[in-house]
Formats: sequence, structure tokens, C-alpha cells
Amino acid sequence: MSAILTSHADANQAARRSKHVRRKRVNVIALTLSLMAMAFGLFWLIWILIETARLGLGGLSLSLFTEMTPPPMSETGGLANAIFGSVTMVSLATLLGTPIGIFAGIYLAEYGQKTWLGSATRFINDILLSAPSIVIGLFIYAVVVARARSFSGWAGILALALIVIPVVIRTTENMLVLIPNALREAAYALGAPKWRVVLSVTLKAARAGVLTGILLALARIAGETAPLLFTALSNQFWTTDLSAPMASLPVTIFKFAMSPYENWQQLAWAGVFLITMGVLVLNILARIFLRNKN
Amino acid sequence: MDERADLPITEKPKLSVRNLNFYYGGFQALKNISLDIPENKVTAFIGPSGCGKSTLLRTFNRMFELYPDQRAEGEIVLDGENILASKEDVSLIRAKVGMVFQKPTPFPMSIYDNIAFGVKLFESLSGVEMDERVEWALKKAALWGEVKDKLDQSGSGLSGGQQQRLCIARGIAIKPEVLLLDEPCSALDPISTGKIEELIHELKTEYTVVIVTHNMQQAARSSDYTAYMYLGDLIEFGPTSELFMKPKKQDTEDYITGRFG
Repeated sequence: MSAILTSHADANQAARRSKHVRRKRVNVIALTLSLMAMAFGLFWLIWILIETARLGLGGLSLSLFTEMTPPPMSETGGLANAIFGSVTMVSLATLLGTPIGIFAGIYLAEYGQKTWLGSATRFINDILLSAPSIVIGLFIYAVVVARARSFSGWAGILALALIVIPVVIRTTENMLVLIPNALREAAYALGAPKWRVVLSVTLKAARAGVLTGILLALARIAGETAPLLFTALSNQFWTTDLSAPMASLPVTIFKFAMSPYENWQQLAWAGVFLITMGVLVLNILARIFLRNKN
Repeated sequence: MDERADLPITEKPKLSVRNLNFYYGGFQALKNISLDIPENKVTAFIGPSGCGKSTLLRTFNRMFELYPDQRAEGEIVLDGENILASKEDVSLIRAKVGMVFQKPTPFPMSIYDNIAFGVKLFESLSGVEMDERVEWALKKAALWGEVKDKLDQSGSGLSGGQQQRLCIARGIAIKPEVLLLDEPCSALDPISTGKIEELIHELKTEYTVVIVTHNMQQAARSSDYTAYMYLGDLIEFGPTSELFMKPKKQDTEDYITGRFG
């Protein structure tokens, strides 16, 4: 009797062992494949960063921030007007798009979650989210620039804001939906009205995620060229007038990098380096905010 | 027939439930419940999962109204007024009937603001008055000594037991008359549970306390009256000592002796 039991146990053990060997082999293969995929991705990313630094660092100097974009064939010049234009348009577009996006996100998550209007808004927003940015640029061109008969900073801001809004709506809604209902109930149980619950409790609980969404939207529009090509155009000179054409880093890079002039190409690389560093810093900030949440 | 005839309670009722039916969509979760919750006593609801004890508790502050497919029919009379048919704003009812939930739910703000949040909804206090109110509520909830030096820190940094006492302090701070506790100790260790039970004992001198619990020992230890519910029916309701020592119904006896449930 006991001999039968022992041989049973031995057979079991042998079966387990052979399964285990197979599992280990599969594990090694899967690990190798995923490491290779990761290495492939990182290879290009690091190459891009190295090239950007190699070609961009050389152009970094004080005059980059103090001098205007130069005419062709000149020896000096900087990107001051383009940097100022980019910072102005990107920050105003974020200021304009963020509140709209947050309020719409609140509506979708807290008020209209299962309503017809909510579903329709969500669907349209998803389309807007994946719309090519050149389409948005052309739309603003047709609606604003063509009617005003002038390229302007404002048109650029509008186009960038249209890219910010769907990103912020999406992240705000997603972050609010993640907040457990127990927290809402606890606030209602104290007799708080709905708007108070949303603003003081749920939105506050989701703030790190919402802020991350805003930063990611900011990082995205900082590098957008297409929506500015037909809206803000560009400007060789310094201007703070938002109703005039305005220079921006991406459009300047586009123009300068395609040119045959070495000085322009050098400046384009310096601009690329600036944008890359800016986006990197924004992404790091977004991560820090998310981490502090936990 | 006088409806009170079958209700064994002789104390002054704070909340009177009459013929209460409750539905989750098409599912009936409470069947014709009638009972009186006595004033300044602790009343416990016990019963197996899904028996409707939490559902019953959530009708007392109309919490179910947050969900459109839930509805209640019948009467719940608080101080002479049927709160289910009340024209008054529901927030005024909730200010009178506070609630503490199963899991601690500190708001994403400082310990001080967690308490002040509810108070600010109904009262405009000066800075000093608010400081006093916060201290009073935290002392009542037996938490003051542990947090008095870190009132400006986030409430979520406290331990689970401390968070739950913070939630009780938050509920007390708006000076309700009834306090509903929905399994307040189910996520806590025995020491924290002991503290909360002591607290419940203290609280009943000033508040009417209703507690839902899975833990029969807890009901036996901390309540004056106990209601046993099963599948949406109120099976038996009476003084805790009687219900546990000599239950009138066989079902109740089976449940409390562990033969069922």
C-alpha cells in the first residue's frame, strides 16, 4: 500500500519537474525577446538624444537667447524671438485650454457619465484627440486667419489650445473615475452639495493626475509645428503683438533646418536641443507629481 | 392594530421606521421593515451578508439617492418628520444624521481641514472658534493626543485606526443627533477596534448610534438593542441581552450560535 503511494508521489514529482524545466525555458525565451525589444527602442532614443546634444550644444550661447533670428548668410544671430513666441503661445494655449478641459472632464466623470450627451462628447473628444494636428492648423486657418486676412499669434494660440483641450478632458475624466465612490459618499454624508464634493474632494484627490495630464499636453504642443505653420506663421523680428505673425521654435527649426545656410542649420539644432530638454523637464516634472501622490 | 404592538421597545424612539420597502432596480432588498431606534442608545444591525442591514442604514440619511436605480418606499420618521417625503434639502438631513463608513475615507487635505470641511458647510466660525471645534471633535473621537502636533499634515498619513477615528471626529464635528456606523471596524486591527468600541460607548450619552456589524461579539459588547435581519426581513429586534441570551425565533438562535450564516 505504502509502496504504491510512494511511487505515486515519485511520479507526481517527476511530472512537476519536467513541467518546471519547460516553464524555465519559456521564461528565458520570453525574457530575451522582451529585452531585445527594449534595447531596440532605447537604441534609437539614445541615438536621437546624443545627436541632438552633439549638434545642439555647439550652438548654445548667450546670444541664442538675446539675438533675433538672423537673415540668411549672416554669421551671428539667435532665437530670442522664436523662444519668446513659443513660450508665449504655448503658455497662453495651456491657460486657455486647461480650464475648458478640466470642466468638460468633470462633466463627463461626475455629471454626464451615463447620459447621451456624455457619451457623444466622449466619442467626439476621442476623435479630436487623435486628429492630425495639421487638420487643426488648417481649420484655424480657414476659420480665423482667412477671415481676419492675417496670420497672428492668437490664431496659433487657438490652434494649440484645440490640441490641449482633448488631452486634458481625457486625463481629467480618467483620473476622476479612479477616485473611489466611498470618498464621494463620505463627503455627501456630511451634507456637502455636489459642486462642493467635486471641487473640494474628488478633484483635489485627483489633482496629481490632472496636473500630469496638463504637463503632458504642454509637452506635446511645445513641439507642434503643423498647427502653427498656417496660423502664427513666423516672424523674423521681435514682436509681443499677438495680432501679428509670431515666431516659434518648431517653425523656425523647420525653416532653418531645410535651408542651405550653415549658420541657420546650427541654430536649428540649438532649437531642437532646447525643445528636447524642455519636453524632458516637463516629463520629469509630471513623474514627480505622480509619485508625490502616492 | 397599533403598529407598535409588535415592537418590544419602550424607550423614546429617535427614528421610527414604518413599512419600509427598498429596491435596487427590480430587486427588493428590504421587505416591509418596521422598527424604532431608541434615542441615546446603541442599536446594532446584524445578519449574514446581503441581508439588507447596510441598505437599511443607508436609508436613514438618504444616501441611496446618489444612485438613480435605488428607491425606498415607506416612512422613516426623525423627530416627527418623515425624511423620505421631506421637502427639506437632503443636506440638512445629513447634517443631522452623520455616517461613518466601512473603510476609512480621509479627504485629501490636512487633518485640521478634514474636520473643518463639514463644519464650514453649515456654520461660519471665527478662526478661534474653529480651532476649538476641531480640538473638541478630535478629543471626542479620542484622537487629539495622537495628532495635536501634526494637524497640518495630510489625513492619509495616519494609520487605519487613526483614520477611522478621524472620520468619526469629522462626523461629530458638525454636531449631528444620530450617528450611523457602517461596519466601522471591519478594516481595523483588534486594538483599534477596541478603541472605537470604547468610543461608541462614550458617544451614546449624547448621540443616537446605529451600527451595522458582521461581528456578533461586537454587537453583544457594544449595543443596547440588536436587530437580526435575514434576506431583507427583520427577523427579531429587542434588547441585546435578550436577543443573545434567549432569542424568541429559531432563526435568530441558529445565527447567533453559529449554526448558520
